[in-house]
Amino acid sequence: MLTKRIIPCLDIKDGRTVKGVNFLGIKSVGDPVEMAGAYSGQGADELVFLDISAAVEGRKAFSALVERIALEINIPFTVGGGISTVEDASVLLRAGADKVSVNSAAVRNPSLISDIASRFGSQCVVVAIDAKNTDGVWRVTTHGGSQFSDKELFSWAKQAESLGAGEILFTSMNHDGTCSGYACSEYRKLSEMLDIPVIASGGAGSADDIVQVLSSSGGNADAALAASIFHYGQVLIPDLKKRLAEHGIPVRM
Amino acid sequence: MTGIIDYEAGNIRSVENALKRLGADYVLSPDPAVLSECDRLLLPGVGEAGWAMARLRERNLADFIRETGKPLLGICLGMQLLCEWSEEGDVECLGIFRNKVRHFRHALPSGLRLKVPQVGWNDISSLKSKLFDGVQDGAYVYFVHSYFADLGEDTAAVTEYGISFSSALSRGNFMGCQFHPEKSGDAGERIIANFLNLPC
Repeated sequence: MLTKRIIPCLDIKDGRTVKGVNFLGIKSVGDPVEMAGAYSGQGADELVFLDISAAVEGRKAFSALVERIALEINIPFTVGGGISTVEDASVLLRAGADKVSVNSAAVRNPSLISDIASRFGSQCVVVAIDAKNTDGVWRVTTHGGSQFSDKELFSWAKQAESLGAGEILFTSMNHDGTCSGYACSEYRKLSEMLDIPVIASGGAGSADDIVQVLSSSGGNADAALAASIFHYGQVLIPDLKKRLAEHGIPVRM
Repeated sequence: MTGIIDYEAGNIRSVENALKRLGADYVLSPDPAVLSECDRLLLPGVGEAGWAMARLRERNLADFIRETGKPLLGICLGMQLLCEWSEEGDVECLGIFRNKVRHFRHALPSGLRLKVPQVGWNDISSLKSKLFDGVQDGAYVYFVHSYFADLGEDTAAVTEYGISFSSALSRGNFMGCQFHPEKSGDAGERIIANFLNLPC
């Protein structure tokens, strides 16, 4: 049976992880490859690396890092952050990333999705959507939630799918960083209206939150992404998977 | 020496990386003369079946593959190309495995709504190939595909996604995996190592 995926997300700046971790027994806390290996060993199903470097040098360090990750890690991984052209995507896919995630640039220029999909296949295009609920409307934001666009979450997700997105990664800016749970009803709606997998992100504070967003009676998302609860050891992946299995959610053990 | 058959299909990099992790020598080539010097062959591939068959034919690789007696492993699209026919591009394939390749949408029971492509980790069972020595029945491996090979006498592993399909195939010196062993963690690494250790 196809399982639901657990995806730790690492923020990378200038080729190093930004947030330290204190539970994986890692010697060099800033080394993303070592962290990736530790998560893979714990049973993570996939990994996401987001480049938050601002300068050109940092972006070069990122693609060099992607090559090292691809060489050492034997599970799939997605990279994102600042991808605005087919060429940006091409550099990272050729470096060995399995998928790229596009966000702000796709909002500005939706054909970026179809351009990458037609050249490399839909399976490697993840469309990340950051949206914020204001007055009952889920408005799509860009640049890390700092700017509102003219798009609405559900219609944009549908459009992204029709342009060739392989997966949708929706982050609720109302829930992100609150540790109070995911936006379950929105994931449920996305999952019902889309024929491609939906990845939940933003709000995880406990294993129960992840159970909720993945369960068929809850958010029914196909995968759950989280950062700090994994990095700070609040939730350990083997324990989480056991918990999910106890709730009848199919997971890879 | 392992020969990776290069016909411009995507995602060869991840197969190369898997061989590097296992310390295996390999050569990447589109040339039958170079590939015929290798002990074993890998046919990777992500892409469209009709397009891929055209590339294999124009490089004289189709006949080379059919006639080789060496262990050959097709991965993902590579496995599908070893089948009789693919619905993707309605194309006649290499005809080594007696299976047909169809799209999930056209094969799932009506009323059953599943996401296509199948993306993620699913289990393999009824394992029947030396590829799976030391791999547990029910092991999880990573899939990304919209087309699948049906069940038949060459089926070497079975997976369920709405219907049962061949997640691996085997006939004589030919083997194929629908999943990506190079992205399937320790189980996948074991499968590749088993392939590398097959007697030539």
